[in-house]
Amino acid sequence: MRTGVKNLLLIFIVLVLAVFPLLMNKNAEFGGADEQAEKMIGELQPDYQPWFESVWEPPSGEIESLLFALQAALGAGFIGYFIGFYRGCRGNHVKRNQPGELLGERDTGV
Amino acid sequence: MRKNTGILLSILFLLFLFFPQQNAWAMHIMEGFLPLKWCLFWYALTLPFLVAGILSIQKAVKVDPGVKMLLGLAGAFAFVLSALKLPSVTGSCSHPTGVGLGAILFGPWAMSVLGCIVLLFQAVLLAHGGLTTLGANTFSMAVVGPLVAYVIYRLGERLALPRWLSVFLAAFLGDLLTYVTTSIQLALAFPASHGGVVAAMIKFMGIFAVTQVPLAISEGILTIIVFNFLVAHNRHELEQLRVLSRGV
Repeated sequence: MRTGVKNLLLIFIVLVLAVFPLLMNKNAEFGGADEQAEKMIGELQPDYQPWFESVWEPPSGEIESLLFALQAALGAGFIGYFIGFYRGCRGNHVKRNQPGELLGERDTGV
Repeated sequence: MRKNTGILLSILFLLFLFFPQQNAWAMHIMEGFLPLKWCLFWYALTLPFLVAGILSIQKAVKVDPGVKMLLGLAGAFAFVLSALKLPSVTGSCSHPTGVGLGAILFGPWAMSVLGCIVLLFQAVLLAHGGLTTLGANTFSMAVVGPLVAYVIYRLGERLALPRWLSVFLAAFLGDLLTYVTTSIQLALAFPASHGGVVAAMIKFMGIFAVTQVPLAISEGILTIIVFNFLVAHNRHELEQLRVLSRGV
């Protein structure tokens, strides 16, 4: 199987894994786990009081999702850059099944 | 054999269907939800690993500057995966960690630094995790997780497993054991009145082991995809880092 096909297949499996729970538990809340954690601790030790507050909290769910998106975008951006960089280095004409061949003048990426 | 597997899968599927809607909490420990003495304890335990991580990164970069790009990639991968809160079969969400890749590439210590940076970002900007619990969270996600991933990958190599399988298992188990560690940390801090630490641990784990399984599988698969790219395009660096043996 070619690498591209293989990767698409793998990504498809990941998508299925992500969508499957949504279809299966139609009524679930899919909330974050942090609140449940507090509940669980409350059950185990009812008199526990958190002794420190977050220094800053996103003022709203929108701002929070903005920051999460930013985090993902920064990471994904670099990964995209990395892949493009090394693909460009190597040139796409090199057969993918001969990865051992190094270019004479490798750019070390610094 | 195949038939048995099918039956087993069907049973598991049914179990999931009728699984009581418990909300798991496979995420980092929230701000203020760890007594002070435990915060300090985990900070103290994490610190040497951070030092080892810094030294290990310095050493790796000195050997080959091209490794810096790989380091960035490992960090970026952890960044992306931590931002993806995925739904799980238990009806709640959690996120993968993405530290397995870096551990395979740079050995067990380097990811402690990168993981700590990711956690710091989330604690300060997203109120996710926390500064007081940063030590404990770093220990689970950036010390135990990578250590497990590294050991599993090397073990896979030793046993001559197919490489994709070694990579998958490393990332999968690294992710899973991160959250097992979290539940141990919480159980130690909040032992149940009946049955103490062990009972609390079973409580925490019994719930979220299930939550984390599909996410850990996803993380394993994504790590394979990235690793395959590296084998095809960055063989030289991987040999430098002794991830691949030369001339294989």
